Amino acid sequence: MSLPRIPPIPSPEKARTPPVNNRDAIIAEIPRLRRYARALTGNAEAADDLVQDTLERALEKWRLWQQGRQLRPWLFSIMHNLHVDGRRRDGRLDYREEDDLPLPPQRASQQDGLELRDLDRALALLPAEQREVLLLVGLEELSYAEVAAALNIPQGTVMSRLSRARARFKAVLAGEAAPLLKVVSP
Amino acid sequence: MTTPISEDDLHAYADGQLDAARLTQVESWLATHPERRAQVEEWRAQSAALHRAFDQVLGEPLPARLLPPANAPRWFDLRKLAAVAWIALGVVLGFALRDQTLPRADKAAVASLPRQAAIAHAVFVPEVRHPVEVGAEQEAHLVAWLSKRLGAPLKAPQLDQAGYRLVGGRLLAGENGEVAQFMYESAEKKRLTLYVRREAPKAADTAFRYASENGLDVFYWTDARFGYALSGSTGREAMLDLGERVYKQFAG
Repeated sequence: MSLPRIPPIPSPEKARTPPVNNRDAIIAEIPRLRRYARALTGNAEAADDLVQDTLERALEKWRLWQQGRQLRPWLFSIMHNLHVDGRRRDGRLDYREEDDLPLPPQRASQQDGLELRDLDRALALLPAEQREVLLLVGLEELSYAEVAAALNIPQGTVMSRLSRARARFKAVLAGEAAPLLKVVSP
Repeated sequence: MTTPISEDDLHAYADGQLDAARLTQVESWLATHPERRAQVEEWRAQSAALHRAFDQVLGEPLPARLLPPANAPRWFDLRKLAAVAWIALGVVLGFALRDQTLPRADKAAVASLPRQAAIAHAVFVPEVRHPVEVGAEQEAHLVAWLSKRLGAPLKAPQLDQAGYRLVGGRLLAGENGEVAQFMYESAEKKRLTLYVRREAPKAADTAFRYASENGLDVFYWTDARFGYALSGSTGREAMLDLGERVYKQFAG
């Protein structure tokens, strides 16, 4: 019987990939990243694309991550940046401060032929910046400071977006925005 | 003289983000402002609805494309992990060493029972407001539901005598079918999870095994129907005692 060799301890310069415990820590975050991405995009396939891009970016940028910084907000900030980039690329321009946006038509996720759930549809009717704050606080239960760090905005902006998001979400769920759901794409 | 209650305070109250002193102030203020109280409840209901709609994603099996690639650094990490486990635990590592010489990605993706259990533990234990799908107050319903989904009679072991009360349970998706997870909590808010999955029928191997997964103590064993893994940060001795209690209740 041969005993296992003990591998050498890597020197810091050689540690190109995260130490094993950190790597496992990232893997443990994947279910939450998927949950958030699913709610954010309303589409399972697009959500996993976003998660995959986030993980790849996190592994690339691992050395830029400072120890002591919370892992979860860091991963959410990467996802946020990728999501914003993706929306810009797709010409989705609702990433702005005002919440007096025209209500967008239903998202393309109806292409899967399934009827969107009420909640999913209501989320789609929030501006992306409000949807993010609502989900990071209400679903992911991040602290306001963590949300501010993840989105790279002041905490006061987190609070005002949260307030507007909750008011608008309530209005949408109450059906006040229902007639506009009938917008038909050309 | 207290600071006036602001809109931000109300959000922080709804989200459980106030410190104890401010919490008391907001509570008493809300007692005399029923409209604002209703608004806070509405916000909480929104968060609860989001959880109901999306928490199912947490239990879905991870697509292979989301697991880190099985490249060279990963193999190095696996070997290091295995060596640390050997040093710490004296576990025979023949299997781990054999596995690492096989350059197969799927091999890496197939997690063992204690590992899957530890990952599921790490995902759900930090949940403050929604740690379980069905609470202990509906224990009969919980047990009937999980038994039906796992396809064999199950029970929720009681650990009250060891200082852990049942919080509830949830259904997860495992690599080879559905998995039940029960959660327990002590008076000090320490949490345990019991992970139960179907095993292929085979000669029962009820030997207790111990694994340390990311600092978690995991005891696991299998019987003719199920594989069990009990996870928590209790220390090895305490976990052995808890594991025996669970084992006796399933065997008895």
